[in-house]
Amino acid sequence: MEQLMADLKKQIIDALNLKHLTPEDIGDDQPLFVEGLGLDSIDALELIVLLQQHYNIKLANPQDGPLIFRSVKSLAEYIKTHQPA
Amino acid sequence: MAFITRHCRIRQYTIEKQGEVFLRDLYTELEGFLTGAMKAMQIAYPKFYKMDHLAKLGFLGVEILLKELDIVSQYGPEGVALVLSNANASLNTDLRYFETSKTISSPGLFVYTLANIVTGEICIRNGIKGENAFFITPRFDPEIIAGYVESVMRHKKTGACIAGWVDVMGEHHDVFLYLAENQTNDTDALAHTPEHLEKLYRAEYGTVDGRS
Repeated sequence: MEQLMADLKKQIIDALNLKHLTPEDIGDDQPLFVEGLGLDSIDALELIVLLQQHYNIKLANPQDGPLIFRSVKSLAEYIKTHQPA
Repeated sequence: MAFITRHCRIRQYTIEKQGEVFLRDLYTELEGFLTGAMKAMQIAYPKFYKMDHLAKLGFLGVEILLKELDIVSQYGPEGVALVLSNANASLNTDLRYFETSKTISSPGLFVYTLANIVTGEICIRNGIKGENAFFITPRFDPEIIAGYVESVMRHKKTGACIAGWVDVMGEHHDVFLYLAENQTNDTDALAHTPEHLEKLYRAEYGTVDGRS
């Protein structure tokens, strides 16, 4: 889980062009949207692409997005339970 | 007739303000040059890093042009217009997006596949709500720009206009931006004519106002 979260932080910075941040700047439980990292709706779409590209996961129900993308930790938990074997 | 009160140039990895070198030889690669310039100018604006090269060049140019000048307070949000032009529209990003579309399309790249997105980024950053337009011409055309800017500035709401040329294709980058104002106390200001715009655009480094 720790390694997955570390990988995710690097992938998020790369995919979302957050070049002003380092992985250490992103807390495991820090909200990704609005008051946290300040991501927007386009970033949410990039996160969906990231899930597909790196983890072969297609978001079944987009309405689950706010819960899945709440933080790096929630995203890692979703990947652990949904990644194809 | 309006006056050209400020102008800047970004070309060959060098930034010039009022004809004098402002930042030079930061990098010899465009992405590094643009992010290096942001850091050198100590501008904190995280969204800059998400922009495509066209938006980054326009954004940086206007930051230099309006440095230490609060144009929106002076003329009001609707009193400042923005008229830009280039030759390659958003083709530089269109091609990158086309490459990503062969696998999984990038939404973050898709939003920059229109030339006038750069005007939106500049307006958001500076709180500008005036008239705006983006022209595609084969080369910088002072007649078209001067004519359109003058017609915009004849509208009584418009007191100032940021205008010029922002072009990028691969590593090629060419920016000439100027500020036109209806009134000025600056005795060095030039009349807003196509001839003066042509001279400023063509001026070599160190030719302060293109008059030589």
